[in-house]
Amino acid sequence: MKSLEELRAIREKMQGQIGLRNEHTDQIRVVVGMATCGIASGARPVLTALSDAVQSKGLSNVTVTQTGCIGLCQYEPIVEVIEPGKDKVTYIKMTPEKALEVVDQHLIKGHIIKKYTIAEVIG
Amino acid sequence: MYRSHVLVCGGTGCTSSGSHRIVETLKTEIEKNGLKDEIAVVQTGCHGLCALGPIMIVYPGATFYSLVKEEDIPEIVSEHFLKGRIVTRLVYEETVTEEGIKSLSDTDFYKKQNRIALRNCGIINPENIDEYIATDGYEALGRVLTEYTPDQVIQTILDSGLRGRGGGGFPTGLKWKFAKGYDADQKYVCCNADEGDPGAFMDRSVLEGDPHVVLEAMTIAGFAIGASQGYIYVRAEYPIAVKRLQIAINQAREYGLLGKNIFNTGFNFDIDLRLGAGAFVCGEETALMTSIEGNRGEPRPRPPFPAEKGLFGKPTLLNNVETYANIPQIILHGADWFTSMGTEKSKGTKVFALGGKIHNTGLVEIPMGTTLREVVEEIGGGIPNGKRFKAAQTGGPSGGCIPAEHLDIPIDYDNLISIGSMMGSGGLIVMDEDNCMVDIAKFFLDFTVEESCGKCTPCRIGTKRLSEMLDKITKGNATLEDIDKMEELCYYIKENALCGLGQTAPNPVLSTLRYFRDEYIAHVVDKKCPAGVCKALLSYQIDPDKCKGCTLCSRICPNNAINGKVKEAHVIDQSKCLKCGACLEKCRFGAISKK
Repeated sequence: MKSLEELRAIREKMQGQIGLRNEHTDQIRVVVGMATCGIASGARPVLTALSDAVQSKGLSNVTVTQTGCIGLCQYEPIVEVIEPGKDKVTYIKMTPEKALEVVDQHLIKGHIIKKYTIAEVIG
Repeated sequence: MYRSHVLVCGGTGCTSSGSHRIVETLKTEIEKNGLKDEIAVVQTGCHGLCALGPIMIVYPGATFYSLVKEEDIPEIVSEHFLKGRIVTRLVYEETVTEEGIKSLSDTDFYKKQNRIALRNCGIINPENIDEYIATDGYEALGRVLTEYTPDQVIQTILDSGLRGRGGGGFPTGLKWKFAKGYDADQKYVCCNADEGDPGAFMDRSVLEGDPHVVLEAMTIAGFAIGASQGYIYVRAEYPIAVKRLQIAINQAREYGLLGKNIFNTGFNFDIDLRLGAGAFVCGEETALMTSIEGNRGEPRPRPPFPAEKGLFGKPTLLNNVETYANIPQIILHGADWFTSMGTEKSKGTKVFALGGKIHNTGLVEIPMGTTLREVVEEIGGGIPNGKRFKAAQTGGPSGGCIPAEHLDIPIDYDNLISIGSMMGSGGLIVMDEDNCMVDIAKFFLDFTVEESCGKCTPCRIGTKRLSEMLDKITKGNATLEDIDKMEELCYYIKENALCGLGQTAPNPVLSTLRYFRDEYIAHVVDKKCPAGVCKALLSYQIDPDKCKGCTLCSRICPNNAINGKVKEAHVIDQSKCLKCGACLEKCRFGAISKK
């Protein structure tokens, strides 16, 4: 270890991963439907893509977790973004690629991707 | 990268209740469900709630599974890890509410705690230096080496008001200042990890759960006093702590956080382990250093104090594990932050190992000034089986008991001394109405008799005589004069013993005499043990009016001490009775009583 910068680089790299163990209530929660219907239509790659992206980008204010069947099985995989003090946003028929767009646009920049939301897709 | 981390406690408590088997089963089940690349299983240090082990926490969400069994694992993996449905029936019941699972930090056990020394225990993988770095590890060392002078470090520690957590409560900053004040070609920094009080495991938990914090703090201390070599003296009976410390030292060396030219500042410091063979006296500083030198672990008179002539005759700084665990946090957050917690003369927090007659046995870290009542009734969850609180023993064999009348006293160094006990290293054993205080005093004294090194007469012979006097009392053969003699001997030992072990050995006797003299008198005058513990003073009797002559008691008596014919009242032969109480437990008619 030759400098504080070197130490801090290791810390930043690791913090994304350890950040998973934070327990703050003001977190943005990203919830993936992982019931049988969700898994069958490909929710697992979506979940792992979201989780990897959030950690590698060091978004310590975001928690990625899963839930059971929401009841809209034909629209799975479903991803909900729940931000404290804001309306819940529901994305449907997600893929890992779309999920990454959600991370970049919605979670980082704060722009909801309307074309993927349930309100927009099924009108 | 993993989307979920499963933390399984790998401290000694949970290991003994089978947590390593849980880890194995978890890994197999995760593999079976194809989740190997998504779920990480991490073994951590102690999370505190040892009574509910094995403990497992699932992130994100911090779901707390307690008393985990191997057969529950497949369900947890397929339901929770795969589908995200928490298996509520297996979750720590305190966290289950009608609205869902509440946060662990809102439970009675955790909400009054403030984890500083234990901040990483149960959160990080102690065998991975990167996880320690991720939680600000080695940042304090880096800042100290690049931005501070040794005097500034010492001033910060002085300002924080930190006092030694090993028991004595000596101001840590002063100790550092003295050690810096002596010039020498070689100085040493030592860590006392020879935790020996019965029922105490604070230091073990820090070493098992966060070993790097001790290395970092010792290196800071080395810089402050001008030492280049450190030794950690740890008991060989702590195999997990020893293993993790060695891993931590190797990793720190690999990263250049120990060794030559740390942070490119030209500062050199290295640490080695020395294993103790388990003698209690080696927790005394001079005996500890004698033992590191390779000699028989015996104390020597002070002065000279270690700061002047310590290890190998060189100036030496010796602090306890928990004291060190506070140092990096004080550097990072400042002395003012630390002094904002605690009482006027005792700052910060203290870790206690809760044991004895209490619901939540385990490890707690509370701000100084918390009352004993809060610790026992709220954090500890009270006394099991509806029994009444009688006393709490702090400071182990060197400390004393605190009776119910002092439950509301705020815990700090000076308050505990004023009521005849002491902080000690942090063992806190709770006793209820079924504990005999004479018996407790005898238990601790027998411990010191065993552990006395034999070097000085007051301790070697004095404690033995004291134990014999207590024995006489518990057998009902003592007179009131004996109690006075015993008290006199206590003061004699305190004043004349060579080291802390002997000087504090009579404390359990003196404090029980102070608060429970009536119990001593009951043993001596009435020949009765009020709590019903001392066997020689007990007798079991059968009430002939209630006895139906069912013969059950005579059949289960291990020594054939009960005689009688079927359907006739039975009689206990007192000369043969072993006072085991087996008959009392079995009698269905309540005919047998203990007097």
